[in-house]
Amino acid sequence: MRNTKLVTLEEAIRRSGLKDGMTISFHHHFRGGDKVVNMVVDKLAQMGFKDLKLAASSLSDVHAPLIGHIMNGVITGISTSGLRGTLADAISHGLMKEPVVFRSHGGRGSAIANGELKIDVAFLGASSSDELGNACGYSRSENAKSICGSLGYALPDARYAAHVVVITDDLVPYPNMPMSIHAADVESVVVVDSVGDSSKIAAGAIRDSKNPRDILLAKQAAKVIINSGLFVDGFSIQTGTGGASLAAVKYIREEMVNRGIKASFALGGITAHMVKLHEEGLIGKLIDVQSFDKVAAESIKNDPSHQEVSAVEYASGQHLGSATHALDIVILSALEVDTHFNVNVLVGSDGIIRGAIGGHQDTAADSALSIIVCPLLRGRIPCVVPKVTTLITPGSSVDVVVTEYGIAVNPARPEIKERLLSAGLNVVDINALADKASSIIGKPDPLPFGDKVVGIVMNRDGSVLDKIMNIQA
Amino acid sequence: MKEAVAGTLESGDIMIKIGPGEGLDIELQSSVAAQFGRQIKAVITETLEGLGIKDAHVEAVDKGALDCTIRARVTAAAVRATGKDVWKD
Amino acid sequence: MMFVPGNNPGMMADAHIYGPDSIMLDLEDSVTMAEKDAARLLVYNALKSIDYGTTEMVVRINPLNTPYGKKDVEAVVKAGVDVIRMPKTETADEVKELEAEILKVETEIGRVGETQIMAAIESALGVVNAYAIATASKRMMGIALGAEDYSANLKTNRTPGGAELLLAREQIVVAARAAGIACFDTVYSNLDDMETFRKEVELIKTLGFDGKSIINPRQIEVVNEVFTPTEKEITKARAVVAAIKEAQAKGSGVIAVNGKMVDRPVVLRAERTIALAVAAGVISEEEML
Repeated sequence: MRNTKLVTLEEAIRRSGLKDGMTISFHHHFRGGDKVVNMVVDKLAQMGFKDLKLAASSLSDVHAPLIGHIMNGVITGISTSGLRGTLADAISHGLMKEPVVFRSHGGRGSAIANGELKIDVAFLGASSSDELGNACGYSRSENAKSICGSLGYALPDARYAAHVVVITDDLVPYPNMPMSIHAADVESVVVVDSVGDSSKIAAGAIRDSKNPRDILLAKQAAKVIINSGLFVDGFSIQTGTGGASLAAVKYIREEMVNRGIKASFALGGITAHMVKLHEEGLIGKLIDVQSFDKVAAESIKNDPSHQEVSAVEYASGQHLGSATHALDIVILSALEVDTHFNVNVLVGSDGIIRGAIGGHQDTAADSALSIIVCPLLRGRIPCVVPKVTTLITPGSSVDVVVTEYGIAVNPARPEIKERLLSAGLNVVDINALADKASSIIGKPDPLPFGDKVVGIVMNRDGSVLDKIMNIQA
Repeated sequence: MKEAVAGTLESGDIMIKIGPGEGLDIELQSSVAAQFGRQIKAVITETLEGLGIKDAHVEAVDKGALDCTIRARVTAAAVRATGKDVWKD
Repeated sequence: MMFVPGNNPGMMADAHIYGPDSIMLDLEDSVTMAEKDAARLLVYNALKSIDYGTTEMVVRINPLNTPYGKKDVEAVVKAGVDVIRMPKTETADEVKELEAEILKVETEIGRVGETQIMAAIESALGVVNAYAIATASKRMMGIALGAEDYSANLKTNRTPGGAELLLAREQIVVAARAAGIACFDTVYSNLDDMETFRKEVELIKTLGFDGKSIINPRQIEVVNEVFTPTEKEITKARAVVAAIKEAQAKGSGVIAVNGKMVDRPVVLRAERTIALAVAAGVISEEEML
């Protein structure tokens, strides 16, 4: 029995029974510092595998070497929440034969749980593991190297994949408890020098934005929340990691203190800002699918009321117990919003993929109040437009859009509009915002899209929302 | 006409380099070229024609400038290149 | 009044979204000699094209005795600026010289009398001549202190308490009030010290200034907070204004609140409180009609 799981990467792959045409999966908790995807795919290429389908929770700049593996046929299919950098650029220009399938975090969790996305072998990087595969995104040992905190996006893979390989750079004595990934789900454990570049996994300390426009947007977003009617004792909240989102937390905190209001929980990607409010007693529980910085990663290790959740428990639209259903308020960002409140967070205004769906669809749909915060203009790029380049989050689930030129409220939420107006906020028509943008920058020419489908955007219920065409420029 | 430059590479600005040429020949680098390249070149052309310049080679590196900024930078580069100011002395 | 460097198109494009009462595009100290021509064109085109809404637009020009000053006047008057800010003003004659320059350009474009003047007082001589400067032109809408040059001219340094500026500040307020125009305080440049900034704004409000010059949108909130009347002050002022209306309706010259007669200074102060509250958006203008 002893040490039977502890093998080399090559041996683990051989044992897994992986064959050409099968699906392999990865998580993205090591973000820009990830070494696992490139390491494993390099090895698979070396071993002569072809035609593999790569199902990642997300991919980023660091995964550019996949371009080579796509060109020589090792990888022929990708599903992910997002793409960035040169890989995204190449795919946008038509690198792959099969379109990339984009799902939200909740949508991916559902698809894995209901068998629509069948994973043959999951390769899951872990910050610590014992020899049986009890693994975490943090480590209690002195040898801790690559800490990421929550492993929420890896947990559906661990549970539902046919075969699970844990890859760690910190093998700790049995039992590694409490654990995120359970030994019972794990077939092999591989020890490597490094699973990730820790300086690129999590920022040490996120500094408060000094960008005046971020601060203006943050104040407006905070005022929307405070006057929404939902800012009452026991409310729950989720925010992103953008400068405006983080700054908004600061203003919301001030008002919570002033009014003696406490939040029941904060959800989603957890940052040091949320940990601070929790430690001050202003937020009861932290529900963490992804820890964005070292403070959050430390907190999830040490604080029992800072709870890790899987992507399914976080945001699945098909599991009524998922946390987004209990969420009151979410602050989200956008690359583009259109006059029907549809949001694009995936494809840039140049037609090139440069983002991720993340939990956007899920939180917008399930929360009681979804607030999109985005500048009207980024340089000469308009963010409020007549029609989004790519539909990611349907306007029916978007309630408020906050820009530096005014706040637009979805006509489906007249009671919110009324409350914001009576609080003296600058509420404007969404069409007026689009008109303002075009009066400043002019009317953009249509993008030179081709006729090849390079991406398919799934809705969280498994239906197809939109197609992304190749860009010819 | 000698060679002259105006503008910077900061966000929201455009750097215009202008020099002798035959006819108007504009080279544009811009992250919004697909959507606004035509418009940016039209503003550069109009501005130069307004100053009576019909022959010049222009290199423009755009960082998301608005039309009014493009007009200002093209005029400044043209004034520096020709030595002929648009204001009275 | 928010200072924005005149050669920075990114900042000029959306300076008004932060809600300053006025924006001062600068052609003087923030622009190097090599860029004076380009900045002038940038400011000219921005004023002509960008919709700054109701924000009052001011341009600080270079002194007329430099090679740039007259061209600056021509450009900004042609662009339809609201106010020209003259730097380093020391005598009434300088104001008259600027007035003549403005008139020349206005006559050319058929827009006579539209451009106002603000004089920045930045030297001991300017402080001594403050009243003469303030009354030198009917275009003069306000005078402002420029403390960096002034304290250097005094052979001292700026301190957090501002003792070195006290006489200049008082003199400028007194001169402005005597002339019936506005007065604006200097900038505070340490963006990270909001506490000292707030104290300075409180001080200059007490001294009687109408506003503060700022260098970053982050400072706007503090200025608005200090200058916005409290609810108590507004309630009291409303009562006085209501009493004025009542007296007018009755055709009586005596104004009384709660049975007590109200003196003229109290009436003026109440009107100013209401004006500030309207300017700060705390109460609406319609409400007071």
